Amino acid sequence: MKKIILSLLLSVGFVAGAAASEGGFALDTFPKEKVTDQAALQHGAKLFVNYCLNCHSAAYMRFNRLRDIGLTDDQIKKNLLFTTDKVGETMKSAIDAKQAKEWFGATPPDLTVIARSRAGLGGSGADYLYTYLRTYYRDETKATGWNNMVFPNVGMPHVLWELQGERHAKFVEAKDPHDASKTVHHFEGFEQVTPGTLSPAEYDSAVADLVAYLQWMGEPAQGTRVRLGVWVLIFLGVFTVFAWRLNAAYWKDVK
Amino acid sequence: MAEFKTAPADAPLGVKLLTWVDNRFPASQLFKDHMSEYYAPKNFNFWYIFGSLSLLVLVIQIVTGIFLVMHYKPDAALAFASVEYIMRDVPWGWLVRYMHSTGASAFFIVVYLHMFRGLLYGSYRKPRELVWIFGCAIFLCLMAEAFMGYLLPWGQMSYWGAQVIVNLFSAIPFIGPDLALLIRGDYVVGDATLNRFFSFHVIAVPLVLLGLVVAHIIALHEVGSNNPDGVEIKAKKDAQGRPLDGIPFHPYYSVHDIFGVGVFLMAFSAIVFFAPEFGGYFLEFNNFIPADPLKTPLHIAPVWYFTPFYSMLRAITSEMMYALIACVLAGAALGALKARLAAPLKGAIVVAALVVVAAMLSIDAKFWGVVVMGGAVIILFALPWLDHCPVKSIRYRPDWHKWVYVVFVINFVILAYLGVQPPSPIGERVSQVGTLYYFGFFLLMPWWSKLGQCKPVPDRVTFSAH
Repeated sequence: MKKIILSLLLSVGFVAGAAASEGGFALDTFPKEKVTDQAALQHGAKLFVNYCLNCHSAAYMRFNRLRDIGLTDDQIKKNLLFTTDKVGETMKSAIDAKQAKEWFGATPPDLTVIARSRAGLGGSGADYLYTYLRTYYRDETKATGWNNMVFPNVGMPHVLWELQGERHAKFVEAKDPHDASKTVHHFEGFEQVTPGTLSPAEYDSAVADLVAYLQWMGEPAQGTRVRLGVWVLIFLGVFTVFAWRLNAAYWKDVK
Repeated sequence: MAEFKTAPADAPLGVKLLTWVDNRFPASQLFKDHMSEYYAPKNFNFWYIFGSLSLLVLVIQIVTGIFLVMHYKPDAALAFASVEYIMRDVPWGWLVRYMHSTGASAFFIVVYLHMFRGLLYGSYRKPRELVWIFGCAIFLCLMAEAFMGYLLPWGQMSYWGAQVIVNLFSAIPFIGPDLALLIRGDYVVGDATLNRFFSFHVIAVPLVLLGLVVAHIIALHEVGSNNPDGVEIKAKKDAQGRPLDGIPFHPYYSVHDIFGVGVFLMAFSAIVFFAPEFGGYFLEFNNFIPADPLKTPLHIAPVWYFTPFYSMLRAITSEMMYALIACVLAGAALGALKARLAAPLKGAIVVAALVVVAAMLSIDAKFWGVVVMGGAVIILFALPWLDHCPVKSIRYRPDWHKWVYVVFVINFVILAYLGVQPPSPIGERVSQVGTLYYFGFFLLMPWWSKLGQCKPVPDRVTFSAH
């Protein structure tokens, strides 16, 4: 019996290890602490409204939910409402879906739960977005003039290019380790062509703020959820101790 | 009809009320029969908690489901948004939804463990065949319930999962395409499919499920519970006719179960509050993308609880068919040579086998994959008649039987794992071997379960006071 339980436990671990490992560009780790940092989230919200909301909607997200990250209705109205005048409205982009499809080849997806949907591609959804927004490079062969390491041939141009500046990707032809007769296109790093308005470190931090906001927006209740969970588990822990002693009290007479 | 009782004039109001009810409805009698005077063996171990826990999860699913239906919109244009509305704008909606989504996976975890307990201790053996069969029917309903419920959030995985599974039905010869059309209500999964799945998920299947749960418990309480020793406690009774090794379910097992519920709820809440997606196994990441009929995801995987069966479906390639044909022929040859049957019956076995082989050669492997997947569940119903071991419980079976069960469990987990993964040549081979083991375990059980030396079964249950 013990052996059986043990083998069951082992096999659970076996399955749990299966979630990782996917091909593609190695993802950088998103600084998770930003998701609980209100200043970062507010900065991220500002970047989101200024840069993303022109083409992308977040159609399930209400502006006044931003109160949860410390903004007042007044602040939201003054600084963040461009497409609507009602603070209870959801974040809808003014772009015409049909035109957008003509321009970019695909309708810009809704971003409300984008961070949740991009998980499992070699990291968390936030890792994916954090790497994606930092690996744009100039590629004149593309219609938009931009390409991306994480999402090759992406339809979206580098919207944050003014902040990051223009970069080239260096590729070298290297021998294929599996087949000596072939060569592979190997990525060697980026080189800065024109500087952005932000330094590379500042840019990384700004993107992290934006991704933190996207992560938070995917589930605005996530903070409440974790805080409440701690109390629920404390309650259940106490409850279970009482239930255990009650059980023992009844069963002590059973011979 | 029972005698009309009268409570004494000075009795408390509660007693008077209960007497009034008891004269019209057997409330006290039902409580006695199923709780305070239902004698359960006193040697239950931790495996026996999963029956009560599945009842608890059923209640969680029904109650949270009721609240979800208040805000959910079964409409292809609104469904995805209404789920996000529940997650954001409905007070406590996120909690209700996570409880429901985690509850679905929890249901399968406790039910798989509950079934495994039955397997370990021979709880399906005479006289508990119907308890087991009702249980298998519950499992089947649960699968239907989970499958149709999974379409409702209308994400990419909902959509394409349903598309793949419903398309399987079109592999059935002659009626297949029409049957698939009937299930979908359209040529592709669409609004009509969503509406009918909603109706089945919310009304039809739960009704059947509840009825079966009642039948499962009535049948169980009629024959009495089995126990880890596989000893019939009703064989030894005291002067009042109570089993010597039995104790009243209430309060002994009710208080026991409350403790189990506490432990279970801690694990359940830890997932609900700290990891509701459970690494993409309970809520798949792709399902946060709205359903798009024009964009097929690269890798379509069912939720984890279906993956062992999905693996068996994928294992049946046209190459694998030859192995299956060989199995059918070997089985027929064995039946014709070894079985103690009349000559015409043996002839019938050979003819039937040849007909099956002819069908296997002429119908596409995809259909046989569907047959294997369905058969993997249906075969469970036959278990009471497949097991010919002289003893019920694994405790008194030959030691090597334990290893057969260990390999069965590991095999099931490997099949589950492979079902999550994208297809690969090695995975395909492993799943084919796994499929053969799964079916071999059941189909050869009448033979292997008789082999070996069983240990002596005690007269009374083994129990040491806590």
